[in-house]
This record gives sequence, C-alpha cells and structure tokens, in this order.
Amino acid sequence: MDMFTETVCWGLLISVGSYILCDYIQRKKHFIFFNPLLFSTIFSILFLIIFKIDYEDYYNKSDYLYYLLSPATVCLAVPLYEQINVLKKNIQAVCWGIISGVLASMGSILVFSIMFGFSHTMYVTLLPKSITAAIAMGVSEEMGGISSLTVPIVIMTGITGHMVSEKVCKIFKITDPIAKGIAIGSASHAMGTTKAIEMGEVEGAMSSLSIAVAGIITVICSFVFVHFY
Amino acid sequence: MKYIKQFLIILAISFIGELIKFYLPFPISGSIYGMVLLFILLVTGFIKIEQIDDTAKFLLDIMPILFIPSAVGIITKLHELQEIWWQIIIITVVTTIIVMTVSGLVTQTIIRKKNRLKNQPGG
Repeated sequence: MDMFTETVCWGLLISVGSYILCDYIQRKKHFIFFNPLLFSTIFSILFLIIFKIDYEDYYNKSDYLYYLLSPATVCLAVPLYEQINVLKKNIQAVCWGIISGVLASMGSILVFSIMFGFSHTMYVTLLPKSITAAIAMGVSEEMGGISSLTVPIVIMTGITGHMVSEKVCKIFKITDPIAKGIAIGSASHAMGTTKAIEMGEVEGAMSSLSIAVAGIITVICSFVFVHFY
Repeated sequence: MKYIKQFLIILAISFIGELIKFYLPFPISGSIYGMVLLFILLVTGFIKIEQIDDTAKFLLDIMPILFIPSAVGIITKLHELQEIWWQIIIITVVTTIIVMTVSGLVTQTIIRKKNRLKNQPGG
C-alpha cells in the first residue's frame, strides 16, 4: 500500500495512539487485560495484518524508537541514585531478594521444561527469560539456545509483569515499596520497571537496580543451571 | 539547549557502555554497563544530577513505548512458536508470578525482621 510506504509517522502514531487510548480505558475500568503495552502491541500487529504491511517496513519506520532504548536504560541509574539512602539501609534485603528471584526463575523453568518434556535447546532458550533482552540473548546464545526465540519470550515476560504486578503484590500482600520494586524488576526487567516507576519513586529505583543485578546474577547462575537438564 | 546538552551527556555514557561491551567478553549489554557507569559518576559527583535530570526523566517517561516496535516483532517468530505456544504462555505467566512473589516476599520478610530487631527495647 503506497500510502504506508511513502509516509513515515504512522508506525509511531499507531503505537503511541493505542498506548494512550488503552491507558485511558484502564484508568476507567480496572481490568488487567487492558494493559497499554499488551494492547498497543496487539493493535499494531492487527494493523500490520489488516493492511498487509511487512514487519520490516513497519520496523524501518519506527526503529528510531529502538535507538532511544539504550540511552533510556542508562537513565534508570537516575531514580536509583535519588534513592541511594534507601538502598544503603536495606542492602541485605535487596541482595537476597534479587538472588532468590533469579533462583526461583531458573528453578521454575527447569521444573516446567521437565514437565513439558522440552529439548535441552528449548530449556536454555527459556532460561534467561526474566532478564533484560540484550543480556538474555547473550546468555541464550552462549548456552546453545535459540537467541532469536529468546527475545519474544523475554518481551512476553515483560508484558506479563507489566500486566500482573499490581494484582500479584496485592494478593500476596507485598506492601513494602522496596519489596515491590525488587519483585517487579527481578521478574520482568525494564518493561515491568516502567510500571514500577509509575507506582512510586522507591519502587522505580529498586526495580531499576534489580534489572542490572538480576541480569548479572543470571549470567553467573546459568553456567550452573545449564547442566541440570 | 538545556535538553540537548543533557542528551549529549546521556548519549556519551551510552556510547562508552557500548564500547565496554565491545571490549569485554561477557554477555552483558552495553546499556547495563552504561547504567552502572552513570550511577558511579553520579555517586562520585563527576556528574551532577541537575546536568541530566530533565532529559533522563523524559526518556524514562516515554520508555514503555520504546518497547513496542520490538514487541511487534513477535509476528515474525509466530511460526516458530506455533507448536508450543500454549506451553510458552503458561510458563511465561506462571514463572513471572512465582518470581515476583518469591523475591518480593523474601525482601519484605528481611526488611520487617530487621525493623523489628531495631525497634526492640535494648535490641
């Protein structure tokens, strides 16, 4: 369709427009499936399918968003720096929280892989799913997984975290803002962290910290976990 | 100009992070090196928070939409996920909830235990 190959802004317009629309709906109706991140992804996918637009074409028009992702991730150091006193005071709890999260993630993937009878390749493809995409790809590749398949799984994890974090904290009575941040960051990397930042300053800072720390611990632990199945 | 200057600092740090990734053999992304570097520069006072604050807050605010183009990329992998898609969805949702609960409760329990010890008379 010429209309979409000759113009540039539509990719961004659809992404941002559906994000804002869904955010508005969610504020009115507290229904977790109206998650802006999930909704705008599905909406954009449907748009591409309906108008028969190639993903490549869409991506070429909106990849400048992707170039901003690295500087934005770097900026996560800012909320963390602003809460440095909270971190210093609770360093022990924070460290154990993140370590337990990483072990829970890898342990539960091990159990599920055995349950579903996955191949070793699929197991290591899933293993780093809770950490930020760039590191997860590296881990998956290093261990002999399919890194291009790790990325969509990491993204699905991030969207899930973004969707369920408020409900999970409520159901399991996680009320402490530090604990909330650590939980969200360890489980659902930077995508979940965007939700933690919305929740509050402490939550955002602790979630930002968890991305980096959980990523590094996962790299180390994966060398052990790769031998388990 | 304020935003451009701040953006310059952030971009420079991102680039140094990518350079570190280029030279070190670990599977850690450049943005994580950059994040650690920026944190160190802020703590040591080489960069003042006011020098990057506004642009950083802007980038963090728009961060969710930065993921959308990559997330839409799932459609290129649909055929590979075809046979195991329901297992993948179960694993993704269940493990995310497990990890969130475990790390959240462990953190919260340790914090509360410490606060209780501190509040005990003579403790």
